[in-house]
Amino acid sequence: MKPGLILGALWLAAIAAAPPARADDAPKACDVPDNLLSTESVLPRVADAVKAGRTLDILVIGSRSSTITSAEASAYPARLQANLKDRLPQVTVNLATEIQPRTSSEEAVPGFVKLMEGKKPTLVIWQTGTVDAMRSVDPDDFRNAVDAGVVALQEAGADVILINPQYSPRTETMISVTPYLDNMRAVAQGHDIPLFDRFAIMHQWNDEGDFDLFSAAHGIDLAKRVHDCLGRALSKFVIDAAHLGPAQQN
Amino acid sequence: MTSIADQVASPPIAGPADQPAKAARSAASAITLPAVGERELRLDLFRGLALWLIFIDHLPPSLLTWFTLRNYGFSDATEIFIFISGYTAAFVYGRALLESGFVVATARILRRAWQIYVAHVFLFTIFLAEISYVATSFENPLYSEEMGIMDFLKQPDVTIVQALLLRFRPVNMDVLPLYIVLMLSLPLILFLMRWRPDVTLGLSALLYAVTWEFDLYFTSYPNGFWAFNPLAWQLLFVFGAWCALGGARRMSHMLSSPITLWVCIAYLAFSFYVTLTWYVPQLSVLMPRVIEHWMYPIDKTDLDVLRFAHFLALAAVTVRFLPKSWAGLKSPWLRPLVLCGQHSLEIFCLGVFLAFAGHFILAEIGGGAALHALISLSGILIMCGVAWVISWYKHVADKSGAKKAANADLAGGG
Repeated sequence: MKPGLILGALWLAAIAAAPPARADDAPKACDVPDNLLSTESVLPRVADAVKAGRTLDILVIGSRSSTITSAEASAYPARLQANLKDRLPQVTVNLATEIQPRTSSEEAVPGFVKLMEGKKPTLVIWQTGTVDAMRSVDPDDFRNAVDAGVVALQEAGADVILINPQYSPRTETMISVTPYLDNMRAVAQGHDIPLFDRFAIMHQWNDEGDFDLFSAAHGIDLAKRVHDCLGRALSKFVIDAAHLGPAQQN
Repeated sequence: MTSIADQVASPPIAGPADQPAKAARSAASAITLPAVGERELRLDLFRGLALWLIFIDHLPPSLLTWFTLRNYGFSDATEIFIFISGYTAAFVYGRALLESGFVVATARILRRAWQIYVAHVFLFTIFLAEISYVATSFENPLYSEEMGIMDFLKQPDVTIVQALLLRFRPVNMDVLPLYIVLMLSLPLILFLMRWRPDVTLGLSALLYAVTWEFDLYFTSYPNGFWAFNPLAWQLLFVFGAWCALGGARRMSHMLSSPITLWVCIAYLAFSFYVTLTWYVPQLSVLMPRVIEHWMYPIDKTDLDVLRFAHFLALAAVTVRFLPKSWAGLKSPWLRPLVLCGQHSLEIFCLGVFLAFAGHFILAEIGGGAALHALISLSGILIMCGVAWVISWYKHVADKSGAKKAANADLAGGG
């Protein structure tokens, strides 16, 4: 008798606690809760470069979800650069992107050495996992590849931030991202580098109604707004991880 | 060896003359079965619960997701489902093996595997319809990369054949192929169990260890591997079978010891804490890096030891605090759960279908949390309703074939 009652009560509580259906029209601030942007890992090279007054060279390596076709200037890498310039007016921020569509982590890593020789960035932001998840690459192989990639980038003298796949509710029944999210978290922990949890952040936005990611909109507008918010969150993440906030600068 | 095989290959259908021999053989065999007719309601209850949780986990995350097991420890509903499936399958077909011999038992197991296969193909058809719809009507530039997953629709011939071969399996459709492979291996498992249950369990653990050591897996189409590796998950299934065939009784001393209880509780608490650190990263300060390093990632594909241990601890604690004779098992409040558990295959398939449908409705209406909760709740109500209807068919509508009905009901547990 009792467990049944408790179960029933839990449900009622769940329904009562559920927030009312969201209004789709009101634009929201796309804020990100602190716990999704906090990291214990640091970016020592970025911190040094900024403190020494050198330019900050950033390289974004990613697959198709790191750009918006025909609107690169609105994609998150460009938005990150703009936001960093706003927040760190005294610093020159250069940003390059290396988009490698349909490339798994394992395929991308061998090219890293050459890529780094050419660009010599202070910070590499590596977005990966989506292609691997779509191809159901063996998670162990995936972890080894990401691990090797991080090592290669670090040895070439850069700080590294990992970005995991997007939250994509429409393809949730078709792409299983969880093992890849877990493995990226594990690699980030293993190397003590920051992981920008794009998946959780976009998930949060969808839950809170900042964006309707289920939307079947054909236009480019939603993509632009999401990338704008991602760029802003990522700039905050970089500044926090490098301890460049106003309170920490002295 | 040959003598055993011969013995098994000749089912005792000879009639009364065969009776003493049969009794002797039953007595001689190492496995024991609970008395006829007593249905283990706890199994039905927890399998029903597992089915509900699997359904909720297959829906996009919502508030209800927080009530599912995986947020409180390493293992989740899949472990419960596979363990109980092993238990009931061994219970039902183990009896068939003892009463009618190896050939008949195998024949019945194969029929069951065929039913599961047909159910899987049915679900795949629905999935194909859904995914085709999404592919043709949804073009969000934000997700142009992810939509590449639909590329397989360009080769429907290959895809469908691969699906029939169980090699192409969309997300959320992984459990039934695992179940089919496990059922196909059940004759062998039962055969070995009848010989030496403990050795069989040992062999199963050995296969599990070898799988981990040499990274064995089943490949899938177009690339990748099975999301639930049968070579690893068989351990849970065989363990379920072992418990059903007398192992549980032999373990009862250990289970009732307070040391076991406290070890289990400590482990569950540890696991809960670790899970908590995933959601509240601030807590991970207290977590030594060494342990983190050793522990992660906790692998579901190959049934990580941590998950298996978590399930064992959970089961041990449950068995201890929920006696078989607990009156609540017969209460009308838990009846829906028990009913769902008793018709697990049908309700499992229904749950996967409802999860697809739920995704679809949420996508079309742009679901808020309230609608989400409503969908989850109606899904569960539909599962209960259908379980009730199936039960009605078995007990009332098919009453004319009364003799068969009882058997099918039990077999439904397999």
